[in-house]
Amino acid sequence: MGLLDKQIDSGGVVITTAENVLNWARLSSMWPMGFGLACCAIEMMATMASNYDLDRFGIIPRPSPRQSDVMIVAGTVTFKMAERVKRLYQQMPEPRYVLSMGSCSNSGGPYWQHGYHVVKSVSRIIPVDVYVPGCPPRPEALIGGLMLLQEKIRKEKFGVKHEAV
Amino acid sequence: MPHLKTEEMIMNMGPQHPSTHGVLRLELVTDGEVVKSITPHIGYLHRCFEKHGEELTYPMIIPFTDRLDYLASMNNNHAFNLAVEKLLNLEVPRKVEFIRVIVAELQRIASHLVAIGTFGADIGAVTPFLWTFRDREVILNLFENLTGARMLYNYMWPGGVARDFPKGFREEIGAFITYFRPKIRDLNNLLTGNHIFISRTAHVGVLPADVAVNYNCTGPVLRGSGVKWDLRKNDPYSIYPEFEFDIPVGQGTMGTLGDTWDRYYIRCQEMEQSLNIIEQALAKFPVEDATDVQAAVPRRIKPPAGEVYARAENPRGELGFYIISDGGTKPFRVRAKSPCFVNLAVLPALGKGIMVSDIVAILGSIDIVLGEVDR
Amino acid sequence: MKPSEIVDLLKQQEFGDKILSFEENTFQPGIQINPLWIEDIFYFLRDDDRLAFDSLSCLSGVDYGAGKELGVVYHLFSMKHNHWLVVKVKLDRESPHVPTVEHIYKAANWHERETFDMYGIVFDFHPDLRKILLPDDWEGYPLRKDYQVQELYHGIKVPF
Repeated sequence: MGLLDKQIDSGGVVITTAENVLNWARLSSMWPMGFGLACCAIEMMATMASNYDLDRFGIIPRPSPRQSDVMIVAGTVTFKMAERVKRLYQQMPEPRYVLSMGSCSNSGGPYWQHGYHVVKSVSRIIPVDVYVPGCPPRPEALIGGLMLLQEKIRKEKFGVKHEAV
Repeated sequence: MPHLKTEEMIMNMGPQHPSTHGVLRLELVTDGEVVKSITPHIGYLHRCFEKHGEELTYPMIIPFTDRLDYLASMNNNHAFNLAVEKLLNLEVPRKVEFIRVIVAELQRIASHLVAIGTFGADIGAVTPFLWTFRDREVILNLFENLTGARMLYNYMWPGGVARDFPKGFREEIGAFITYFRPKIRDLNNLLTGNHIFISRTAHVGVLPADVAVNYNCTGPVLRGSGVKWDLRKNDPYSIYPEFEFDIPVGQGTMGTLGDTWDRYYIRCQEMEQSLNIIEQALAKFPVEDATDVQAAVPRRIKPPAGEVYARAENPRGELGFYIISDGGTKPFRVRAKSPCFVNLAVLPALGKGIMVSDIVAILGSIDIVLGEVDR
Repeated sequence: MKPSEIVDLLKQQEFGDKILSFEENTFQPGIQINPLWIEDIFYFLRDDDRLAFDSLSCLSGVDYGAGKELGVVYHLFSMKHNHWLVVKVKLDRESPHVPTVEHIYKAANWHERETFDMYGIVFDFHPDLRKILLPDDWEGYPLRKDYQVQELYHGIKVPF
């Protein structure tokens, strides 16, 4: 552990702000809800599987919204699904974050013009923190998006309400 | 305890459920743990493919066919192009046919790997999931080299393909075959003969052959019931008649004919057959042929008025496209008959008097992709 | 068996006046029939040994243009004899009704529900005719040529 070990060896006291500790804890164990919608879900699965291995960032999918911190909207949101997405978001405990993965959930993607049943951007339903472009985004892009979200959490201030972009 | 009264419970499974392979909702009527009836509710991923088919020109529709069954994009492209080529009465160069067959069979392996991996994970074996995704990445890397994309390729065009094989690509495929053959054996050792796996799948969800035919089930679901039916053999397209391969059918090895285990094992055997086809195709590949793979692609695709129904054997079954042309650059009507939609319709017939946990096993063995069910 | 032979066989069975037309020179020859007799004809097509159309490969709704009639196209295939027959019915746009074939081919169940959902074609005597892909309270039939998309659905804007 290096730095932290040295600190603990010299008296066992680490001085930092509560903000820092809590933010560090949050960003190191972002548990996303295993929530696949469409093609992007396969890339999300590939990211979680052997080759890209999201576990090393402390990101482990949870089956229930009540145990998760991040919602990865992976795929096309349709009108039939929209209310479910909103309800799942509301079931997640605070603080909660949303990562919109892929063109479809960013803006409707290829379905923007003639897709009568496709919601043209998930931000019309729930607030989104990070958008990851691509159709579908490569696993590296998803990891990049998650790291961006980590940076965002690192800068969070106490008492300031989590603001959605 | 005669005074104890029980009542049926209606339970919702999905649309957010890890074992429904996407956004499928099942409405279960249960008596304790026993399921009395299943009502599937679909449409949570309805992306209006058929509307897009009417609004866009023929080449513009191909990317949307990619997104139907997003695990088998190449095969979808192939089926759609068969239909368009039939309408145009277009001759495809021989080299292009070889390229198409090779990538389609590679895609079949990749698709079956996901099917097997997620099926294992549904039943509680997580290791196969990691193994199959490791091997699938090898195929995806090959495709990325070829097309530039990992999943949705827009590779096959009417009359041709987008790019020729890059230098050394056939050797890479050959290396993949030698790498992958032992992996199938490993997978069989790990999962196929596993006692827990067998007791979860054998005798579960038995689908008799006549019911399967009446529901028009296709692909591994039909063959699992012992019907020897594969469009590559029975209604041949492309250059499949030139290759020798077997059609694996269910035998009832571990339990009853047409049970979940049979359907699963078909996929393991099909991967091996696909390897055989690729091997033969590589051996017969017209290396000297310097035809431009885009040479036969028409500049302007404007088929004469008429209608056609063409189909191809996808990893999940018969994918058919019914296209009506009115002589314009856009189709008048495109209908996609998807195998998953039809195969899923048989679930209510299978799900009577079974346990809730068996539904997960049956659903995994039918292997649906919701993008294609809902289109 | 060739499509013309199939049609001859149908005519022998006194279905002659129920076959409205026969298109032979297309990729897949098809017949247009009177929708009222669809059950009798389909029972015969399935159960006769010479025909043995055991699978309904595809069922599609078609809108032949705004102001014109709607249609349903059945692609029948026989796995036993490896032959095709395309059966078409044309329906009135204002009240499109056709008897279901769900009890003959189970595969038709979901296809018919989808056609009902997309075109508003009512399949009489269908056991469970509900919308299948779209939400229950969706307005209009999207694949009709004169479809106008709604502005709002449950407060969410629909167009881009």
